[in-house]
Amino acid sequence: MADLLAASRPVVDIKGLVRSFGGPNILDRLDLRIGAGDFVALLGRSGSGKSTLLRTLAGLDPVTEGDVAVPSERAVVFQEPRLLPWKRVWRNVTLGLREANAKEKALAALAEVGLKHRVDAWPLTLSGGEAQRTALARALVRHPQLLLLDEPFAALDALTRLKMQGLVGDLWRVHRPAVLLVTHDVDEALLLADRAVVLDQGRIAADVAIDLERPRRHADPRFIALRQRLLGELGVDEEGHEQQPGRRSQPAASPSAHPGDRAPRGVLQPATAA
Amino acid sequence: MTALATHPASMAAPAAQRTRRFTAWRRFAAPLAILVLWQILASAGLISARTMSSPITIAHSFYTLTVSGELLHHLLVSLARVGVGLAIGVSAGVVFALIAGLSKAGEDTVDSTLQMVRTLPHLALVPLFILWFGIGEVPKIALIALGAAFPIYLNLFSGIRGVDTKILEAAKTLGLSRIELITHVILPGALPSALVGLRYSLGVAWLSLVVAEQINASSGIGYLVMTARDFLRTDIIFVGLIIYAVLGLLADQLVRALERRVLVWRPSFVKD
Repeated sequence: MADLLAASRPVVDIKGLVRSFGGPNILDRLDLRIGAGDFVALLGRSGSGKSTLLRTLAGLDPVTEGDVAVPSERAVVFQEPRLLPWKRVWRNVTLGLREANAKEKALAALAEVGLKHRVDAWPLTLSGGEAQRTALARALVRHPQLLLLDEPFAALDALTRLKMQGLVGDLWRVHRPAVLLVTHDVDEALLLADRAVVLDQGRIAADVAIDLERPRRHADPRFIALRQRLLGELGVDEEGHEQQPGRRSQPAASPSAHPGDRAPRGVLQPATAA
Repeated sequence: MTALATHPASMAAPAAQRTRRFTAWRRFAAPLAILVLWQILASAGLISARTMSSPITIAHSFYTLTVSGELLHHLLVSLARVGVGLAIGVSAGVVFALIAGLSKAGEDTVDSTLQMVRTLPHLALVPLFILWFGIGEVPKIALIALGAAFPIYLNLFSGIRGVDTKILEAAKTLGLSRIELITHVILPGALPSALVGLRYSLGVAWLSLVVAEQINASSGIGYLVMTARDFLRTDIIFVGLIIYAVLGLLADQLVRALERRVLVWRPSFVKD
């Protein structure tokens, strides 16, 4: 289903994208297509090029080699809310909007993310979840064809994260933008996306369709099977701890074995792509 | 107080309040004691009026000068000097900071030159200014303007350069133009630093005023003080010093009030 859509009307079309910062290629002849309305999760270890890819799609990094077609109606939500502290919440949402009834639209978007009561608040008085909801409203109000989410829940506490994941799922169902969600969290990908792309050393190592009906349950055997498969693609053992840069779970091998052989390429790359 | 004390949850509060009030008084006690001692020593003739007039004499002179309108006249002259000098200096500082802060070419052109001039203590330029501008109002205002320009320049420049790149990046993804980035993101982000710079500029302006008014002035607080020196009137000198201190304090309060107004978004102000 997803493949069919992608084939007919891709919103994102990347061919042979190469990106390097002097060293080895961060993105290495990468091809990726995302269909209209597709929810794609982008997984990968730290330094695999996830964030570089997202930044390229957001237009923050230039394309020097390869072809990248993205819609102009796109919006980004970062890990930090990145609101302007000197503008009230609703003014943050209307920022850059060139429409007559921008305020009404902002208020509607804020109501949709459950922040009707905070529209006149100063951003620095918001909680982490509220600030991230504002960032989401700011993206939503632009009616993006492509919504780029760069680990948007990573800095939130567990309960807030669950609520925000639910909210993003709801908003996607209503507005149907194509979504690229960069995440470290396999469960998050399986809860939200209908396709998981695993990036490794700047190339796509796996492209897995998540063909589960929503709402999804962790206890579903197919969920568990997909989870194990994705974790396998990410090179994590069955314990499946979320990976932290520099704290990868190493197989309990004898330390005398050549450690250099075991360290996967890319892990030692600078934190720019983290 | 008594109503508070009956409330069990605030049993500890009155005692703490009393301690705080006592501490506050203690802060005033020492200066007050010095003042009283000063008056006693002066009345007993142990301090000559040539060295230091007594507090009561100073208060009396203050009163006489105020009633005669003399003090107001000199005060207005001094305020006008500071006002004009500050306006010129701060405007120049802001313009140069914008040029240097907003473009690399501007920085290369403006910053190195200003940094070189900055190393010069501006008060050392007084002899040169007298040769250039004579002894009228021009050298006085020029000195104040020159001194006031640098703090605002340095702080605004670093404020502009210090704007959070992550916020800038997010603003770019929202499709803001270069002009919009400057007006909505860069300048508001640099405003807190600019206000710190303004406070320093004010301080330097007062300092420059004091020095400038000793260049052959025929009016102003500085003139009042210099004339009083010639007549050994320490009481009037003290009046001048008090005026300088109060004006400096008021100017600082003015900028603080301005900060509270324009930086309302800051949590420290929001929670007030």
